[in-house]
Amino acid sequence: MADERIFQYNSDAILEVQNLRKCFPIKKTITGKVTQELIAVDDVSFKLSAGETLGIVGESGCGKTTLGRAILKLHQPTSGRIIFEGQDITDYKSSQMREIRRKMQIIFQDPYSSIPPRSTVGGILSEPVSVHKIVPKEQVKDYVLDLMDKCGLRDYYYERYPHEFSGGQRQRICIARALSVQPKLVICDEPVSALDVSIQAQIINLLKKLQKDMNLTYVFISHDLSVVKFISDKIGVMYLGNMVEYGTKADIFSNPLHPYTQALFSAIPYPDPDVKMNRIILKGDIPSPANPPRGCRFHTRCPYAKDICKEAAPEYKDYGNGHCAACHLLG
Amino acid sequence: MEDVTKNENQNEAATAVADTEVPLDRTVRLMSPTRMVVRRFFRSKLSIVGLIMVVSLFVFSFLGPVFYTQWGEIELDESGKTEYSVSQTTYTVNGKEYTLRQTTEKSLKDNFLAPPSAEHLLGTDNEGYDIFVRLMYGGRISLIVSFIAVFLITVLGVIMGGIAGFFGGAIDNIIMRLCDVLICLPGVPILLIISTILDASDVDAKYRIYLLMIYLTFISWPGTARLVRGQILSLREQEYMVAAEAMGYSVPRKIFKHLVPNVMPQLIVQMSLSLGSMILYEATLSYLNLGVKAPYAAWGTMINIISTNQDILQNHLNVWVPAGICIVIAVLGFNFIGDGLRDALDPKARR
Repeated sequence: MADERIFQYNSDAILEVQNLRKCFPIKKTITGKVTQELIAVDDVSFKLSAGETLGIVGESGCGKTTLGRAILKLHQPTSGRIIFEGQDITDYKSSQMREIRRKMQIIFQDPYSSIPPRSTVGGILSEPVSVHKIVPKEQVKDYVLDLMDKCGLRDYYYERYPHEFSGGQRQRICIARALSVQPKLVICDEPVSALDVSIQAQIINLLKKLQKDMNLTYVFISHDLSVVKFISDKIGVMYLGNMVEYGTKADIFSNPLHPYTQALFSAIPYPDPDVKMNRIILKGDIPSPANPPRGCRFHTRCPYAKDICKEAAPEYKDYGNGHCAACHLLG
Repeated sequence: MEDVTKNENQNEAATAVADTEVPLDRTVRLMSPTRMVVRRFFRSKLSIVGLIMVVSLFVFSFLGPVFYTQWGEIELDESGKTEYSVSQTTYTVNGKEYTLRQTTEKSLKDNFLAPPSAEHLLGTDNEGYDIFVRLMYGGRISLIVSFIAVFLITVLGVIMGGIAGFFGGAIDNIIMRLCDVLICLPGVPILLIISTILDASDVDAKYRIYLLMIYLTFISWPGTARLVRGQILSLREQEYMVAAEAMGYSVPRKIFKHLVPNVMPQLIVQMSLSLGSMILYEATLSYLNLGVKAPYAAWGTMINIISTNQDILQNHLNVWVPAGICIVIAVLGFNFIGDGLRDALDPKARR
């Protein structure tokens, strides 16, 4: 199905993902044949223009992180295409990827494990700069100090070690490291979920400011809907490896089409105790991605499920203005 | 000591105010993880004792012969005196007694088994070599040989373990099975065979111990390789390695700049502990007459003298006890240092 489509390279799209699929083997026979696999990301497609922010939301285990890493080719996609700046990078070897790496970066969820513990902040930040030869050798230190200033790190942190910093400061170091190679696209893999709320706001504002200054494109992965609402231009909702709904922020929040999106958004707390919330409570747990249900992935928990939902997977269709969803109920 | 505490207070103060406004001109000397480890190491009395033991052995063995040049390693004391023994036999012939006195003159060239004196600080052994001087030369052999062996073991172990841990899969399987096989080999019987081969072939007595140590390296690297592999397996999954991959670093940079430095703590502990065991191994080999052979000195060989003569074991303690004490000091010293380093490098014991 996927192969029949004609890949059209859109010049203003910095990132285009087409029918991306990533499976992890669970069981293998002795000969190496995969007998059982976990489908982490299944048939995800979207386009992203330069300077935009795509928010990806979903429950834990729905494949958000795998999608982010597959875009960077930290996981080799099982099938599908990734087109970055008009180049199809899906089949690039690691030596070819090395050149692309400086244009796409990632910020991790855990600011504690994502910084090497045994080098100074200066060392952490200068290494990528000198490896990729971003600036001449003698300017590296000035460049790094300048970058640290931009990210809200004081210049005397240069000589310090990561263990001397708090989580928020460490996350600033991670951001500075990601931006040190002057990337165009940054995958933010839940960058604020390990931080407390006051620091979250600082980091989000920093990311927004840097986006404006450096014309960055973000793929912002989070399970925190209010954060996503604040930072995103477009939003993709994922459920069990599928992208169930995709559209602009305004469309998704004012007119959620998919029953899962509706249920998800009904869970956003409203800061007024007198307002009665109309929560849609989903039954049961998210099914195992190793053994996903047939038909529509969501039918086991969908309050409106019909017979057809159990039989056939719904088509991912555009319902106007680039607002896409995959549901039989939408007709 | 006072300086250290002052430094520490300054550091605590600096961390406390890190989030508030700090004037930029303030020079705060912050500690790198290495300096913190060094400080914690010197806080433990046992590790200082170990360090003193090892350093004094080094000074004794390497600088000793430079300053104490009265005797050489294989220089015999030929100042033996002439001994006269008188034997007397009495015969009775026809009721008359005759006494036959016989004097034998025995000229001794070598002054052997001399008691400790100003001339020989610890006396001489059964050949007439100066024991004090031979202790120094024996220490040289033991320390050099065990350092070489541990160095080789570590290099080989880091390379093999690093490759196995980083690449995983089939390569990991092959290297680890090779390790299993090498660990199964019985060390001492094969040593005996190799020693016999060395006896038969024309190898200088001075160098055979090095050949044996190369063999020991060959059968000992799997321990280090397993340690390194285990560490790298867990470090490889750390997010900062994913970050390094995302940065597009090359594989050698990832292994040697990001992984190996993080294995160093465990590696240093392992190295210092195996230094002790290598000294023991060397002593055992020399004691069994497999390692350093006469006339060259090694601590094990010096103890081995007792097997030639029961009398030395009982009455000439100065011949073999000093060598035993040296072995004990060396092994204890390295183990104390190893224990101290392990405590100092333990990240959970941050204080």
